[in-house]
Order: sequence, then structure tokens, then C-alpha cells
Amino acid sequence: MFNKGLRNILLTPFLIWAGLFIFIPLIFIVWYGVTDYGGNFSLVNMGLIFKHGYLDALELSVALALISTIICLLLAYPLSLILTERQRDNTTIISLLFILPLWMNSLLSTMAWQTILESNGIINQILRLFSLPTMQMINTPGAIVLGMVYNFLPYMVLPLYISLAKIDHHILEAAQDLGANSWQTFWRVILPLSLPGAVSGITMVFIPALTTFVISALLGGGKLLLIGNIIEQEFTFQYDWHVGCALSVILMIFIVLNMLLTTAFDPLKEEEDF
Amino acid sequence: MKFKILALVLVSLLTFGCGSGGGDKKENVVYVYSWGDYLDPETLKIFEKETGIHVILDEFDTNESMYPRVAEGAVHYDVLCPSDYMIQRLISNDLIQPLDFNKLPNAKQNIGAEFFKQSETFDPGNKYSVPYCWGTVGIIYDKTKVTDPVDSWNILWNEKYAGQILMQDSARDALMIPLKLMGKSMNETDKNVLAQAQEMLIKQKPLVQAYVVDEVKEKLINSEAAMGVVFSGEALIILEENPNMAFAIPKEGTNFWIDGWVITKDAENVDNAHKFIDFMCRPDIAVKNFDYLGYSTPNIAVKELEENEAYKNSPVAFPSPDVYAGQETYKYLGNEMDEYYNSLWMKIKVE
Amino acid sequence: MNYIKKIYLAIIFLFLYAPIGVLIAQSFNASRYRGHWTGITLDWYTKLFNDDRIVNALSNTLSIGLLSAGIATILGLITCVAMKELSRKWRATFMSITNVPILNADIVTGISLMLLFMGLGLRLGYVSILLAHIVFNVPYVILCIMPQLMALDKSFYEAALDLGASPFKAFSSVVLPELRPSIFAGFLLAFTMSADDFIITHFTKGAGVDTLTTAIYAELKIGIHPEMYALSTLVFLFVLIFVVLFAINRRKLKKYEEVIS
Repeated sequence: MFNKGLRNILLTPFLIWAGLFIFIPLIFIVWYGVTDYGGNFSLVNMGLIFKHGYLDALELSVALALISTIICLLLAYPLSLILTERQRDNTTIISLLFILPLWMNSLLSTMAWQTILESNGIINQILRLFSLPTMQMINTPGAIVLGMVYNFLPYMVLPLYISLAKIDHHILEAAQDLGANSWQTFWRVILPLSLPGAVSGITMVFIPALTTFVISALLGGGKLLLIGNIIEQEFTFQYDWHVGCALSVILMIFIVLNMLLTTAFDPLKEEEDF
Repeated sequence: MKFKILALVLVSLLTFGCGSGGGDKKENVVYVYSWGDYLDPETLKIFEKETGIHVILDEFDTNESMYPRVAEGAVHYDVLCPSDYMIQRLISNDLIQPLDFNKLPNAKQNIGAEFFKQSETFDPGNKYSVPYCWGTVGIIYDKTKVTDPVDSWNILWNEKYAGQILMQDSARDALMIPLKLMGKSMNETDKNVLAQAQEMLIKQKPLVQAYVVDEVKEKLINSEAAMGVVFSGEALIILEENPNMAFAIPKEGTNFWIDGWVITKDAENVDNAHKFIDFMCRPDIAVKNFDYLGYSTPNIAVKELEENEAYKNSPVAFPSPDVYAGQETYKYLGNEMDEYYNSLWMKIKVE
Repeated sequence: MNYIKKIYLAIIFLFLYAPIGVLIAQSFNASRYRGHWTGITLDWYTKLFNDDRIVNALSNTLSIGLLSAGIATILGLITCVAMKELSRKWRATFMSITNVPILNADIVTGISLMLLFMGLGLRLGYVSILLAHIVFNVPYVILCIMPQLMALDKSFYEAALDLGASPFKAFSSVVLPELRPSIFAGFLLAFTMSADDFIITHFTKGAGVDTLTTAIYAELKIGIHPEMYALSTLVFLFVLIFVVLFAINRRKLKKYEEVIS
């Protein structure tokens, strides 16, 4: 479009920006993570992951994040399929209705779930009204998963919706003309073509779910610590930045591993790297 | 056209944003960092009106979360309101400065001598702090659900109340309970004793509904649990909102805590900070804060001015001296011991 | 089948709107404490506008949101244009760099920026929040603009150049109008992300500067002041009206198009 000189000039602001606000901060984290208070190199803090039961917290985080991601995926597929049905003329309204809750502050809506799930909360009050046995829902892993699904479902639906909407209708018609039933069409045509969306959706849900500390604090009652809670506590309560950073580095390693895994499973990655 | 409007909006916001967020140092301000919901907002308005000093208030939820922000100098505050042992920690790490009591006539006149005396345990010579609130820690319980007598910390281990117990989410407050139950000091440094205390809390964990901080108030007002470990001031508010509740101080002893005003070492508005602290000690202001908070006040002028009869006659708000006489106050145990307490607590929480 | 679809949608919407219903109900609750229903009141709505803290937090949220989204959009647009000219391999490398702030955990991004600002000796406050928000907004903008820019046909731009337009003129009158939908989408997405961000703001904020989310978090433990519910209800209604108007307009537009064709 234009010469290389201009291109490089246009690229400069971003390079400076990325250097200052992406790379240097990461170096800070790694540097804090592998040094001790005296500033000497030490891997003691990294090793702490094996102590204090932090590994259990990491395990719990991975488990809950995986479960939430799967639930999001299962919920989002039919929803995105319905949203992409073009013959309906109210799909716009449905998609808008779906986006609308995003404008409610997520901390407040998570708090509202607390009111719904508590032992004297709305669900249990309704159960009592019909003299049914009440349920213990708040402060359980289930409550945290629910909070994660609620908060991160849109991150799954949006990429899925986009990749489903991109599928050419003629392909689907061709499949049907060739004698595929709707199940086969879904399994053989729609699903493979929507995989890139699913992959980015999985990443977009799994990472925030793995690292959140707010949802677990609000719906877990402080009894279930996720790795995000521990990092947050190291920074704001224990005042041990070296440990906090060391744990952050471990978390980053996990995220990179997750990304490598998902890109390895991404069949269309060649076409996606625009 | 739309983009021109957008650009205009952006530019005007830029100038507006810088104007409000620039943080001009010459402004007549005082930066206050205090516990959440610990001041009646009305008193701040009166202060601003009377002195023309603008109060910028930030809030923390535990002493431990306050400390790093102050120590690291990420944010410059002038006035803090930490608790006893945290004041000692700030003193020993040279983060707060001695007060000029000549600028604090109201504090000298209105704060009870016994509170200054108790403060000496963490602030020898009373150089650094002026007590603001004090209280004890006890068990608040729902009379309709708890049938056993509540007079010992033991009840928190009673399996009858599984899932009905709220505990404090802080290392010192949580470990204090088993330590007292064992007849030890809440400032214990013997690691064997501490390990036993930790063991007791781990054993208790399945019975605990949640580890909470300030949200304990809401949960108990809504009858979410049968009992909870609360500070006396919180108890007063809960008792008022939920008549089914009762408050007891266990016989094994409890924590006599004092929160006090201090001024940071690198305060930029030292004069304003003194004015603010002295203002908070004025009887009419202390009454307003007391009514708002419900925490017992060391200000001896308050009881006479208090109009709410229920508060005035409440043994929770104005306990008789034998409730707090001889009770222990937290001490700062040094960085290493502090970390040890915290690691014990983290272990309990991830267990 | 249609029946099942409807039920499915209904369940999803119940799930999505249940907490919102609770919040709206709470904004009319006379009790200051959550879940403790003592009667209906409109007090919180009147108190809302007298509460300096909330009004300040709202104006910070709006100004930080608009500014950071605006700056991120400009930076993102320039970067996208330059990246289009890179070779395939370099472009992929650049894209992965731009994605770091989204793919990294919020908590790591927030902490790393806090460490940076403190290393630079910058006093944490309004400016540090703004910078942090630009950092995580740029990738969202690029994600929105880049696909459309890549799909853009170069020949119009080149034709404009051949007709004697300066590169800037050719860009602003040929390329920019084509990109407008994605620029707008990027800006809107960035603004939404900024307005709803809590974790990164939590670590980069300074004394006395609050956005709505940090103000809410500070209140979470002590019990949300119901003014917050009132405010959220108003914001929600505002967006709802906007959306409804948009939908109506769209329908009219569609009908109009049908009539013409």
C-alpha cells in the first residue's frame, strides 16, 4: 500500500508502547519471581508452589476452570446456532437481549447470585414456600462454577457466533442436497467449520476462569482458595511480592501451555493468522 | 461529522480528566486511609466546611491489606487508622511519625486515660497514636438456633452447628481463638503451640460456613448462620437489626483491640493531618461517629452526649471495666513471625 | 424442534436476567442491608446524585473508558495499517505480541503494570489507571479492525493515489470510511471492557481515585450501599432504551429497503 519507510514510522508508536507496557512489566514479574528479598537469584519462591498446599489450589483452579469451560461450550453451541438462524427476523433482538446483561457491572451481578443462592436466599425461600427441602448452594465449588459460567459465557458465545455466521449457507444446502440429515450436517460440516471459534472461545473462557479471585471470594465464602486468590493474598495481605510474582510466572507457564495445546488442535490455524 | 463530535468529546474529556485527576499538591487536602465504613460521611462534610480542607478517603478491609500500600509508597496517605499491632509494626519499620500533641487539644482532653495506658503495649510513651475505637471480640449467636449456653470458644467446634459458623478471615483473629482456648497468649511465638492451634482450626474447617471480614454483618442480619465471631461494634449493629441475636464474650478471654489515628512518615499534609485527628476527637463529632459505627469509643465525653437510650445503656457499647480489664492486646511479633502466622493461615485456607 | 428452542432460549435468558432482576429489586429495598427486605423506597435514587463518591466514580469510569478507548482505537488503527504491509510471518509475530495483554491473566497484567509504574516512580492515580486501560484495550481494537482491513481491496486506495491524492488523503477518504464499522465496534468493545474491568484497575489505582468497579469492590465486604444498585439500574435502563430504539430503527430501515427494492 505504501513504502516501507512510512510503514516503519507507523509501526514505531506501537513498538515503543509494547516495549514499555508489555515487555518491561513481564520482565519485572519474572525478575521478582526468581529473586529473593536481597535481590539475589533464588528459586525458593518458585518452589513454594509445592508447599502450603498451593498445588491443591492450582489443581482446584484448573478443575473448576475446565468444568466451567465445558459447560460454557455446551451452552453456547445451541445458543449460537439459534442466533445464526437467518430466516427468523427477531434474531437481532435476541442477540441484543443477550448482550444487554454485559452492561450490568459483573461484580454486582455476581453479588446478586449470592443473594439468590444463600441458605436464606431466593431459591431456598421458594423451596420453603412449597415445603421442599432446602439446598446448600452458596460457598460450594458448584456456586463458583456457576459464577464463572455466568461471567464468561459471552466470551464463548461471541467467537462461536462469529464463526458460525461466517459459514456459507450454500455449503449447508449442498450437504443436505447430498443426502445428509441435519445431525450429519451438524457433525460433518458445521462443527468442523466452527472449530476456530470454539478454540478461541475456550481460551477466552479458560484463562479468566483459571485466574479469577473475585468470583471465588464472593461465592466460595473464603473457604475455597483458587490460585488467583493466593496470588492476590500474597500481594495485598502477606506483602510478599516475590512469592506473588513467582506464582504469577507459574500461572503464565500454564497459560502458554494451554495456548500451545489449543493451537495444536486448531485445524484451521493456517487461515487464521491474518 | 460523527467523528468530529467524538473527537470534541475526547478532547474535552482529556482536559476535564486532567483537571480532576492531576492531584495538584498545593491543594488543601488530607489523604485518609481508614477501615471500610469507619467514619460517618457527614462528619467529613462538616470538617470540609469548617476548615476548607478536602478529605480524600480510601478504605481498607484488613490491616494486612493496608500495610503494603503504605510501606511501598505506591500511594501517599497522610492519616491512617490501623489497629494496635499494626501500629507497632509501622513504628518499628519507621513508617509513621510522632504526633505533636500541642496540636491535638481535643485528644488530650477527651480520650480516656485508661485507653492511652492500654495503648502503651504497642505504642510505648503514646508518641504515635490517638485511640479512635476500641472493642473486644466475641461470639454473636442466634438464640432461636443455638440451644447450648454460649460462654466458651468451644462452641465453635460443636458439630451440632456444622455449616452454621462464621469465622474471621484474618490470620491473627483466627489463631487467637484456639490459642486462648489452650490457655496460651494470643501473641504466642512457640511454633509447637502454634502448630497445635493450626491443627484445631483445620479440624474446625468442615464446620465453618465461610471465612468472612466485614460481610459478617450482612450474613448475620439475614440469619444466614447460627453464630459468628464478630467485633463488639459489629455486634451492636447486628443486635439492632436482628432481635434474635445475642452477644457473648467467652470466658477464656478475648482480644482487647484499639484502632488509633497515626500520621505517616512521608505525609505531605502534616498540619492538616493533625487538624483532622483533633477534629475526630471533638465530642460532638465523636458522638456522630459512634452512632454511625456502633464501636465503643475511648472518648469519655460521648456517653453524656449520646441521645439514643438503647445505645447509651447497652453493655456492648459501653461495657463495664471488668469486661476488658486484664484482657490481652495484639502485639507486633516481628516480620518473620508475622510471615509464619500468615503461612499457617494460608495452609488452613487451602486445606 | 421450535418448541425446544424456545424453552432453551427462555432458560438461558432466565439465567442471564435473574441476577439483574435481583439487583433492580434491591434498588427499591428500604433496608440498607442486602436480602433484608423491609419495604419499597425511592430514596436511593435521590441519594445517588448527592453521593460525591459515586458521582466521582461514575465520571472517572466514563472519562477513563472514553479516553482509553479513544487512544487505543487510534493506536490500534495505526498499528493495523502498518501491520497489513508486513510479511505474513512478521504479521503473525506482531499479532501474538498484541494479544499478550488479553491472553495473560488479568491479575498478572495488573500486577506487572503496578510494578512498572512504581519502578518508574509514577504516583498511582488517574493517569496510571488510564495507561493500564489503554494497554488492555489496544488488543481488542486490533482484533476488531484487523480482519476487515485484511479483507479490504487495495485497488481503490491505489486508484485514489493514481488520481493524484496524497497518501493521507487517499487513506482518509477511501480506506477509513470502509473501516468505520469495525473501528466503531473496536471502540465500543474497548469502552465496555474498560468500564467493566476490576482486577487491573484494582492493582493500578491510587488514593481517592475510584472507578465504579473499585468503588463497588470496596463496598462488597461492608455491604453495598443501595445507591449502587440504583445507579446500575439506571445504567441498565439507559442501555435498554438505546437498544430498543436501535432495534426499532433497524426494522424501519429494513422495511424502507424492502419498499425501495
